[in-house]
Amino acid sequence: MASDAPVLAGRSRHVVADPLDVERIRQDFPIFLKRTGKKRLIYLDNAATTQKPKSVIDAVRRFYCEHNANVHRGAYWLSEEATRLYEGAREVVRSFLNAPTSSTIVFTRNATESINLVAYAWALNHLKPGHQIVLTEMEHHSNLVPWQMVARRTGARLEYVRITDQGKIDLDQLSELLRRPTGLVAVTHASNVLGTINPVAEVARLARAWGARILVDAAQSAPHIPVDVLDLDPDFLAFSGHKMLGPMGIGVLYAKRERLEEAEPFLFGGDMILSVDWHESTWNELPWKFEAGTPNVAGAVGLAEAIRYLQRLGTGRIFSHERQLVRYAFERLSEVEGLRIFGPGPEERLGVISFEVHGIHPHDLATFLDARGIAIRAGHHCAQPLMKRLGVVATARISFYLYNQPDEIDALVDALQEARRFFLG
Amino acid sequence: MSLETLYQEILLDHYKRPRNKGVLPHASVHGGGVNPFCGDRIDLYLRLEEDRVVDVRFQGEGCAISQASASMLTEAIHGKTVEEIRAFAARVEKMLKGEEGDELDGLGDVQALQGVRKFPVRIKCALLAWKVLQDALGEYLRNPA
Repeated sequence: MASDAPVLAGRSRHVVADPLDVERIRQDFPIFLKRTGKKRLIYLDNAATTQKPKSVIDAVRRFYCEHNANVHRGAYWLSEEATRLYEGAREVVRSFLNAPTSSTIVFTRNATESINLVAYAWALNHLKPGHQIVLTEMEHHSNLVPWQMVARRTGARLEYVRITDQGKIDLDQLSELLRRPTGLVAVTHASNVLGTINPVAEVARLARAWGARILVDAAQSAPHIPVDVLDLDPDFLAFSGHKMLGPMGIGVLYAKRERLEEAEPFLFGGDMILSVDWHESTWNELPWKFEAGTPNVAGAVGLAEAIRYLQRLGTGRIFSHERQLVRYAFERLSEVEGLRIFGPGPEERLGVISFEVHGIHPHDLATFLDARGIAIRAGHHCAQPLMKRLGVVATARISFYLYNQPDEIDALVDALQEARRFFLG
Repeated sequence: MSLETLYQEILLDHYKRPRNKGVLPHASVHGGGVNPFCGDRIDLYLRLEEDRVVDVRFQGEGCAISQASASMLTEAIHGKTVEEIRAFAARVEKMLKGEEGDELDGLGDVQALQGVRKFPVRIKCALLAWKVLQDALGEYLRNPA
């Protein structure tokens, strides 16, 4: 955990005296430097993936240049070194999540794979007809489609917790739903569309009181706010490295030891076994039971460096910076006629803002902004049921990270005004 | 790649003032389609007399490209026979996919759609109405009402 994490304990309304030096931070990101001379890149799609600092790129490169060998195998020093780096990365993740032991940290490809692991290895063997799987209306497809599969195969039923018109989950309805036998509550920590930060500790407490297991999708939250598994106390928690400065292709599943012990392996093969006979095998210890085949060692090393980078700057300072950007964006976007923001106010969300401009389709908007060097997302954001709930087919979305600046919001607002003249004039 | 290549004036004009927008009761040919990626939706209605389009309407929602394309389509096929339309639609499809050179004679306003070739993610938007048209005519020819 970052040393300043307690600053965030009260969530949102805090002020950190020591703001980020964003100009200097931007120097760490080659993608922003390469563009000097050419058109400036205004990157506002951080909820999709983030840019990578040089230290992360170097860590991956250094692994391949200096330490590359397969892990857990060779009786030679290079393999031992690779193993030490890989398991060292696991320890960095453990400490980042404040998990009691690194044996409950499983490396995967991404949050989607982590959730699929839970679906296949645990849920298929533990959910039964008559069980409910409780989701919310704001889930990303990655925390929705796997549960449709589990429901179909086990006979469990999917139930959705409504979201209010302010884009928050209805905890009263959740309490109602939990009166019926519930196998699992799977909920996102923060919405990739609305930016809403959900009270997952409260959701977990409710779920546990009724004997239900809880999975937290932390893909959007882990990059921006403390994710402390002792505090939130989920049974399962998933996130991706690439949304928090890390490389693509590395993700994490945290789970309680008992859950991992009662789960079957997900993938079968090398490294996940203790011994193999002609017809039977015994499984390796946690967490390797869930890591069949050669893992993404360089990815894990890169993710560990990303976490160190974030911790050096301080989670609280990063969050505070993003909160200021959100406030400023709300202020400036309100100047654009016909612009409507979805979801809660600036004090209750991450740096994610979905909006529409009346009369301009989000895709036209995205193309128009792209011509001015501004990268935003347009579409359904892998949350089609939520789009239905909001009554739209698509939205435009901006999302911030530590390297974004207020003048990028100014450029965005100028471009939105131009877009209105262009399409509606 | 300027924006004006993609959003030519004629195209924006069709978007802001769509031609033949609405529903046609008792249509001889009706078809609909969506782009699942972006949610663009187009419905086409054709009334044929002696194999010729005597009336045409479209309904839909979506981006400027998809809606302007549908609007242009309705003007382009009015008065043509089914065979003429199929040949025309095939040419437009080739143009949008960049499979044809610069022989755009006789395409009229529809030429204004060629800017999408430089914006690969937007080609689908322009294609939607033409695919709906081709599918609906194919269905009509297999099962004439």
